Amino acid sequence: MTLTQTDILSGLAEVLEEVSGVPADKVVREATFENDLEVDSLTMVEVVVACEEKFGVRIPDEALETMMTVGDAVDYIESAGVSA
Amino acid sequence: MRTRVLAGAKVAGVGAHRPALRVDNIAIAERTESSDAWIRDRSGIVTRGVAAEDESVVDMATIAGGKALAAAGVDATDLGLVLLATCSMPGPLPGGSPEVAYRLGASNAGASDVGAGCAGFAYALGLAADAVRTGTAEHVLVIGSEKLLPMVDHDDRGTAFLFGDGAGAAVVSRSVNEAIGPVVWAHDGDQHEKLTIHGSPPRLAMEGRSIFRWATTSLPDLCRRACVDAGIELADLKAFVPHQANLRITESVVKALGLPETCVVARDVVDSGNTSAASIPLALARLLELGEVKSGDPVLLFGFGAGLTAAGQVIYIP
Repeated sequence: MTLTQTDILSGLAEVLEEVSGVPADKVVREATFENDLEVDSLTMVEVVVACEEKFGVRIPDEALETMMTVGDAVDYIESAGVSA
Repeated sequence: MRTRVLAGAKVAGVGAHRPALRVDNIAIAERTESSDAWIRDRSGIVTRGVAAEDESVVDMATIAGGKALAAAGVDATDLGLVLLATCSMPGPLPGGSPEVAYRLGASNAGASDVGAGCAGFAYALGLAADAVRTGTAEHVLVIGSEKLLPMVDHDDRGTAFLFGDGAGAAVVSRSVNEAIGPVVWAHDGDQHEKLTIHGSPPRLAMEGRSIFRWATTSLPDLCRRACVDAGIELADLKAFVPHQANLRITESVVKALGLPETCVVARDVVDSGNTSAASIPLALARLLELGEVKSGDPVLLFGFGAGLTAAGQVIYIP
């Protein structure tokens, strides 16, 4: 099954709410994890581990370096999902 | 050939040495363009002990070891083995354990260092318990002692705040009843480069995010296995003493395990920083000093760190 951007965005919002209590309405493509959502690098690890389970993709540590915004993460998970 | 399977093993006494010198977050934050709040948020650490210039790994190990012997009521001459877990001796040779054994008067003991980074104490405790069970020693002194601060890059924002110095020890003795559960040990040597001490002078380098990920995803299952092997339910644990790496790792593992509120969780990292192989006995000693655990309580110890490597076991409080 191919994941759509909308599916990934809503799934990511669920993960962020669960892991870090981020309200769903703040999870928009432009939001930065560190400044807008107050998700620091360690919480981000917990977020990607939960995303790996939720979306059945692998997100290596190196990929975290490039994930500054919600949009970055959605795009990465979408492309990882296609190649999975 | 005679093989003796005599009895069980128990932790008979615990001792700690915390350096008198303390360094709070402010001093570290100034140098690394960080802040007290950032350090607390990232690690839970508020302050840490720092060994004096003339206070060595061996000095601290000897003090902690002597206290553990006194707590156990065991004479040093009755020790069959002294194991020192450390990764911060000033050089590769000699190991610190022979000098510790000599200074304590453990004239009938073997002595060896155990190198397993922050998991070293739990590895050494497992080896000690097996030595006692098979009769190769009646009493074993297990020590974790670290002087890490001289190896830390004090300008590295990611690690300068994390580490502390100190030593903790436990005496493992022969026992009619088994009071140390089977050790569960594991490694992920594929990630050997994630935490290293290299160079001249030696410098500690760590990829904190990778270690955090490995620890938070691997430890819950390993902890469950240690409880299964000891024949105890997680819900019946009275305390959990993980290696005091970072409070964020501890909280994540506690949440994943779903430990009951009745289970005391060691958070000595707040006052001691990450003291590597010394952290488990230091944290255990703190729980004993505060009266948060009592005799007969089952406690899960779990170490993890460089290698990457992990080990842990359930013990019953003496």
